Amino acid sequence: MSFNDYQTEGFYDELFESPGTPRGCAAPLVNRINSLSYDDLLRRQQSAESSLMNMGITFTVYGQEAGTERIFPFDIIPRVVPAADWQPISAGLAQRITALNLFIDDLYHDQKIINDGVIPADMIHSAVTFRPECVGLNPPRGIWIHITGSDLVRDTDGAFYVLEDNLRCPSGVSYVLENRELLKRTYPDIFQRMHVRPVYDYPHRLLETLSRLAPDHVSKPTVVVLTPGPYNSAYFEHAYLAQQMGVELVENRDLVVIDDYVMMRTTSGFQRVDVIYRRIDDDFIDPLVFRPDSMLGVPGIMQCYRKGNVALANAPGTGIADDKAVYAYVPRIIKYYLDEDPIIHNVPTFICAEKKDRDHVLANLDKLVVKAVDLSGGYGMLIGPHSTQQERDEFAAAIQAEPRKYIAQPTLSLSRAPCIVDGTFEGRHVDLRPFALYGEKVDVVPGGLTRVALRKGSLVVNSSQGGGSKDTWVLADDNPDATLPVTEVAHA
Amino acid sequence: MLSRVADSIYWMNRYIERAENVARFIHVNINLMLDLPIDQANQWLPLVITTGDRAAFESRYSEATQENVIHFLTFDELNPNSIVSCLTAARENARTVREVISSEAWEQVNRFYLMVKAAARQTTPEHVPDVFYTSVKMASHLYVGISDNTMNHGEGWHFAQLGRLLERADKTARILDVKYFMLLPSVNYVGSPYDAILWSALLKSASAFEMYRKRHHHIDPTRVAEFLILDRHFPRSINYCLGHAEQSLRQITGTPIGSFNNLAERRLGRLRSDLEYAPIEDIIAKGLHEFLDGLESQLNIVGQAIYSTFFAMRSTPLPAI
Repeated sequence: MSFNDYQTEGFYDELFESPGTPRGCAAPLVNRINSLSYDDLLRRQQSAESSLMNMGITFTVYGQEAGTERIFPFDIIPRVVPAADWQPISAGLAQRITALNLFIDDLYHDQKIINDGVIPADMIHSAVTFRPECVGLNPPRGIWIHITGSDLVRDTDGAFYVLEDNLRCPSGVSYVLENRELLKRTYPDIFQRMHVRPVYDYPHRLLETLSRLAPDHVSKPTVVVLTPGPYNSAYFEHAYLAQQMGVELVENRDLVVIDDYVMMRTTSGFQRVDVIYRRIDDDFIDPLVFRPDSMLGVPGIMQCYRKGNVALANAPGTGIADDKAVYAYVPRIIKYYLDEDPIIHNVPTFICAEKKDRDHVLANLDKLVVKAVDLSGGYGMLIGPHSTQQERDEFAAAIQAEPRKYIAQPTLSLSRAPCIVDGTFEGRHVDLRPFALYGEKVDVVPGGLTRVALRKGSLVVNSSQGGGSKDTWVLADDNPDATLPVTEVAHA
Repeated sequence: MLSRVADSIYWMNRYIERAENVARFIHVNINLMLDLPIDQANQWLPLVITTGDRAAFESRYSEATQENVIHFLTFDELNPNSIVSCLTAARENARTVREVISSEAWEQVNRFYLMVKAAARQTTPEHVPDVFYTSVKMASHLYVGISDNTMNHGEGWHFAQLGRLLERADKTARILDVKYFMLLPSVNYVGSPYDAILWSALLKSASAFEMYRKRHHHIDPTRVAEFLILDRHFPRSINYCLGHAEQSLRQITGTPIGSFNNLAERRLGRLRSDLEYAPIEDIIAKGLHEFLDGLESQLNIVGQAIYSTFFAMRSTPLPAI
């Protein structure tokens, strides 16, 4: 199947410099795909899809018939990220996460950054994600954000921008791992030749990161993954990570607090839990401290946490640093704590709480993307250029009523990548969610989830809104050795 | 092991075993009907009685025709014991423990479920192909084989065995009970070719025909009952199931045979030793139906004891022993 008719249509394309000319890093891949017949490529796509179905790698769609399951649409043309592009992403995310962690620790202690006038006190105290219950907490080794999955996008100029920091319970890493397994089966020959960096040891590194959080006197800590349950849209991931780490996947009903220790109910009695990788938001984790109506939490768990009897990852209270209004201050946060300039830039952001910005937003609703600061997953969003007058009027009213709740950004021209659509290649907009672990230092997984907006022209990549995914190939070096033979290693 | 997880594994395996047994009943009955004279060839109600769902069936279906019964037992989602409902329940349980069972075992449950769901969409009750029931049986065997060969034979596996074997014992008891009832009153059949056909069908529905032949050669009602209830080596006989269920239970708790530490061990141990020492002649003399009926209630009591011993969620620790 050939890329001869593939058009880039003026967008930055991840695989092509211009129609017919693949980027250097992608050339071996493009040549290989060109050499496959239409039927062959489609067979590979179908085989990947039926693997996903058989493995039960599905997610639940809200708002439709209860418990509707779908496979996460998957495109077998990978996105290739050359080493030269990856290096600043990796360094930039490490810088950003280090600064945000210092920021969170500061907010829950001395609030120097507020006292020094870098960020308005109002901005923090008006955020629902700021948890007064966390003031004075000292998480193990001063680390609050152990697992991060930031969203990056690439604009027409080819530069990457951070779109969102996901510092609470970012999901998607299981797809990074499973997509890779599928593509290894899909293109076994080309894979080796391109020096694609492996991602398979993520579960191992995650377990190490989590084990480090256990109290010092515990030599073999019991680590568990806490899930809201099988009806959660990310349940597959919770189960997958627990399985890959070889730890228990628990629901709140499996846990009980006894004498300020968290215990799980087993067939042979109660067993102490030392570290909880919780995939439940702060709001729901402890009905005695946060939302009293939570049916997902464990009453008393925060008390155990305060006493240092159990570790939680991520720490409660991290949501304040991925508040969409606080996001606008991240470049200043990096400067303040690290005295460095950001390596990856923010998307310019207008804060509706500030009058000057608000006036600009209200006058330019048709050009901007407006986001509610406390919603994610593509909900509560207005995409100006694609909106109707009625939608704009509704958002204008909402912004004026609760300005703190909204921010706005210019519409970026997201980069595109070729996808198989109805038997031909078409460009679709993509973003990139790399995952980072903060153990001894920040460690960014060389890869990530490339999310694809499958509807033609759409900019919304969220899986809940019709998005799909691709495997992301980060190359170890940018001169994929064309002369390197595809060696048949003799199996001893 | 988490109590919730043990509970899910136990039920997942019960449901898969149940689906397999329902497929056996239907498959054998379809074949049996082909051999019977046309005026006798409507023995479908006993199947509904076998699964214990007569009341539910009669409340929604007017007549026990082949089509109705096949639909009710195979694809009726309102019947909790239909093949499709069993697979849905098995898969829901598997979903909640997929990090505990092996990926291969999970994939097999998922494939099994998708296969049954696809068949439910593609077939009509008049034309459920014979091969479908064979596929269900094979998918169940494949699942058991995959579990045996990809999972540690530790606690989780023993809970799986416990669920599967108790379910199988229950189904063997039920099918024997119903068929015996159905077969005995037909005095006209005794000694006729149909007599042998019906008893053979009973053995076949438990995949016991060939093994029985090797052991006893002639089809004789007392020996058939003995084989299905008391045989020590046939893997679907009630005695075999309970013996191996007891071994798994003791692997879970670590209690040696001959003593007990909890209600589940006590009840299952007692039921198993009752069976171990019962001559078939005594059973028949006291009434096979009464015996099987009692056995089924005992099995329910064992199930309740397993629940209260291992699965019931206690909010506070047990007092120290």
